[in-house]
Amino acid sequence: MADRTVLIVGAGPAGTRAAERVAAAGLRPVVVDEAAANGGQIYRRQPAGFRRPAQTLYGFESGKAVAVHGAFAALGDRIDYRPLTLVWHLWESEAHLLTGTTASRQQYDALILATGATDRIMPLPGWTLPGVFSLGAAQIALKAQGCAIGSRVVLLGTGPLLPLVAYQYARAGATVAAVLDTSTLGAAIRALPALAARPGMLAKGLYYTAWLLKAGIPFHRGITPTAIEGTDGVAAIRYRTADGIERQVACDAIGLGYGLRSETQLADLARCDFAFDAVARQWLPATDADGRTSTPGVYLAGDGARILGADAAEIAGKLAACAALQDLGIAVPDAEMAAYRAALAPMDRFRVGLDTAYPWPAHFAAGLPDTAVVCRCECITAGDIRDVAREKGAPEVNRAKAFSRLGMGRCQGRMCGAAGAEVLADALGVRLEEVGRLRGQGPVKPLPLATGIAP
Amino acid sequence: MSTPVAADVIVVGGGIMGAATAFFLRQRGVKVVLLERGLVGQQASGTNFGNVRRQGRFLPQVPLANRSRGIWGRLNELLGEDAEFIATGHVRVCFRDEEVGGLEAHAAAVREYGLDLEILSGNALRDRFPFLAPGAVAGSFSPLDGHANPRLAAPAFGRAALRAGATVVENADVVGIEKTGDDFLVETVGAGSYRAPVVQISAGVWGGVLSARFGEPVPIVARGPQMGVTEPMPYRITPVVGVYSSVPEEGIYFRQVKRGNIVWGGGWRGPALPDIQRAYVDPMNTLRQLPMLRRVAPALGALRTIRTWSGIEGYLPDDIPIMGPSGKVPGLFYAFGFCGHGFQLGPGVGDVMAELIATGTTSTPIAPFSITRFATP
Ligand SMILES: Cc1cc2nc3c(=O)[nH]c(=O)nc-3n(C[C@H](O)[C@H](O)[C@H](O)COP(=O)(O)OP(=O)(O)OC[C@H]3O[C@@H](n4cnc5c(N)ncnc54)[C@H](O)[C@@H]3O)c2cc1C
Ligand SMILES: Cc1cc2nc3c(=O)[nH]c(=O)nc-3n(C[C@H](O)[C@H](O)[C@H](O)COP(=O)(O)OP(=O)(O)OC[C@H]3O[C@@H](n4cnc5c(N)ncnc54)[C@H](O)[C@@H]3O)c2cc1C
Repeated sequence: MADRTVLIVGAGPAGTRAAERVAAAGLRPVVVDEAAANGGQIYRRQPAGFRRPAQTLYGFESGKAVAVHGAFAALGDRIDYRPLTLVWHLWESEAHLLTGTTASRQQYDALILATGATDRIMPLPGWTLPGVFSLGAAQIALKAQGCAIGSRVVLLGTGPLLPLVAYQYARAGATVAAVLDTSTLGAAIRALPALAARPGMLAKGLYYTAWLLKAGIPFHRGITPTAIEGTDGVAAIRYRTADGIERQVACDAIGLGYGLRSETQLADLARCDFAFDAVARQWLPATDADGRTSTPGVYLAGDGARILGADAAEIAGKLAACAALQDLGIAVPDAEMAAYRAALAPMDRFRVGLDTAYPWPAHFAAGLPDTAVVCRCECITAGDIRDVAREKGAPEVNRAKAFSRLGMGRCQGRMCGAAGAEVLADALGVRLEEVGRLRGQGPVKPLPLATGIAP
Repeated sequence: MSTPVAADVIVVGGGIMGAATAFFLRQRGVKVVLLERGLVGQQASGTNFGNVRRQGRFLPQVPLANRSRGIWGRLNELLGEDAEFIATGHVRVCFRDEEVGGLEAHAAAVREYGLDLEILSGNALRDRFPFLAPGAVAGSFSPLDGHANPRLAAPAFGRAALRAGATVVENADVVGIEKTGDDFLVETVGAGSYRAPVVQISAGVWGGVLSARFGEPVPIVARGPQMGVTEPMPYRITPVVGVYSSVPEEGIYFRQVKRGNIVWGGGWRGPALPDIQRAYVDPMNTLRQLPMLRRVAPALGALRTIRTWSGIEGYLPDDIPIMGPSGKVPGLFYAFGFCGHGFQLGPGVGDVMAELIATGTTSTPIAPFSITRFATP
């Protein structure tokens, strides 16, 4: 049995715990992560030479960060860890890896995808101006590099990351000119029963918000952003208040994000079946409760499966590892898996709560002016998408892509796909699920033409 | 069962061949129905490399390619839509001295067919095309060839056919064709049935299944040429570039679109699965293509690939298509199996097939492509 290869993609909370569980069974998993260090998004490490303490970097989560980092370090030689290595394709039970410009292959008997998430973006006029970052990127700048995205920052969008990043920025000494939240207090209150599934998480969210208010940082809910102003860079954000009053805030940088979206391209390349998830408003790989996909030997864990957060990612990592081991014929106690499943149940209720509290503003898509850029790689506007829907009869996103180039650029739809699908569905007057999903193709991220095959 | 919709001609398959045939039949006033299983131009016609190349073809096919090239030149006018055809020229380069003779011989041969190629060698070649690597020994330049956008061309034919009065039915999977009396009865899943005295099968690689039902099986196989595209860079490489080599793996080709991306293909072919209508790129093929690209134009090594893809193409053992009337069933016509070079031919095939169906004869020779070459006695 010890010769079976379990390949884990991602060394965040999910990948770390999966690796730990597989190693505990006596196998030596291969762990691949494109980042320079383990930790994933939430527990992202600072570069070598940076010396901020865990408490400064991770706040309330520092205990868990230290635990996850520690668990990974403790694995030592019991895993085959390959940092700075991208899985750019999957083909016939082999992962195609890229380290620098060197390509290699890794065969696997089981593949655990713990690839995490990225920001979910709803464009608005001016969002491609220099100085606009995604909310997560704004946080990465601070967490990894110890720098802010600007000297007068507006944080815009919705989701739990919004007050958190504002809090982290303000605590670090940055000027937060305003926090503009598109969700309403009413929605937050409606979501309370579901959010109460995880009282600790709820309390932290309330704490950040209260802290921001106490610090005198303008925090407006129920707003509708209308445009980002500026010529060479961000100068201001315009928005409508919940009461319909036009307002403007001067700023030189904006962090923009509306929750997260799962990174599912590898699952697509593994030819897993996808199903439309009404909560996420995203097509997600279908899994059973333990993370098994429709492709034998391929498992999902963490935010890459659905957005349940870091604590759930740790559990899901262990559970997917157990499923993989079991399917490889290695005994796993039933009680252990049952315990993980039970621990995950409230997380899913919480996820529904989060979506109720911080809804993705799908309706903004209809209101985007024709001139607003949706796909920034290819400069495709909302008008271009409406055009291919109405003039050329594109009934679904791949056809809209073929006609308009939407999602054909460097990001391959990872940034623009969600909003592009909303604009298309609105233009066609159909439900979002009816326009389908962009089919994934390799490479998952750009592959240098200078790439050579490892000897 | 409802009464079948009646027409003069039913075209089965809405790739570039079917869509163009429907369009040109309308130009001749013929009442035509175009039946497409998915969306018009979604298969090979919408996924190909976009080469509008005449040089390097099977000689007896050059007249057809010439006719098609003529149509490409006035496509926007004809269709009222832009399929992004540009006559950038096409250059075939070789890297071995012993290959130069092959380029020269081809140039001499196609001149007979009215296709003028310019042979350039050494410094003259690199002065004209400074992006070429020092190792390029000679090149054959076809100034009037070029490229077009495959994602737009066949759908544009489909829409133009529709505007011209054709009945274009998408999501119409033809599951039965039967000749009863003078008429063919064509059954679809989901889109009713149709009746006409003439049927054209232009169903790409799937054409073989249909021809077999009329007792004319062909040894067609499905394969997927392997494509890739880089991120955009300033528009510098105007011609389509292809490598002429005796080693198939070296046969890379690329073009830069005005937007700046470099699209490439060639070398290896990957698996194509006609049953599920998908073709894939084997990542090893991509990795093997990269040094071939750098070999031709070293500067490409500074770019990154953002996407790879494939499409399903039908190949025949002699590498030429099936085109013309059935050898067995009056009223039945074929245009399928274009062996990786049908995009350039598409408009011409549509025009010729419309001519053949409407007049019973063609002014462009197509005899070498007859399905009867595979007939078993
Ligand atoms: C930018 C950002 C900031 C966040 N900040 C917070 C926060 O402050 N607090 C909070 O509670 N939650 C935060 N989240 C949510 C948080 O990421 C998750 O809850 C948690 O990190 C999920 O863990 P995971 O293991 O599923 O994925 P991640 O932690 O995201 O780990 C995924 C790992 O997979 C690697 N990877 C992905 N694709 C490939 C590939 N093809 N090849 C090789 N490696 C690959 C990535 O490099 C990454 O290290 C943030 C999310 C994002 C996107
Ligand atoms: C990746 C790739 C690159 C290529 N590069 C080039 C190039 O650069 N230059 C060039 O000249 N050629 C190129 N080719 C070849 C060219 O694309 C094809 O020869 C050409 O598009 C064939 O057109 P078609 O209409 O015969 O086939 P298709 O485009 O495949 O159309 C056939 C249609 O018939 C439909 N159909 C099938 N069965 C049925 C049924 N039972 N009922 C209803 N409809 C049906 C299909 O859905 C399909 O839409 C390339 C091909 C590929 C795949």
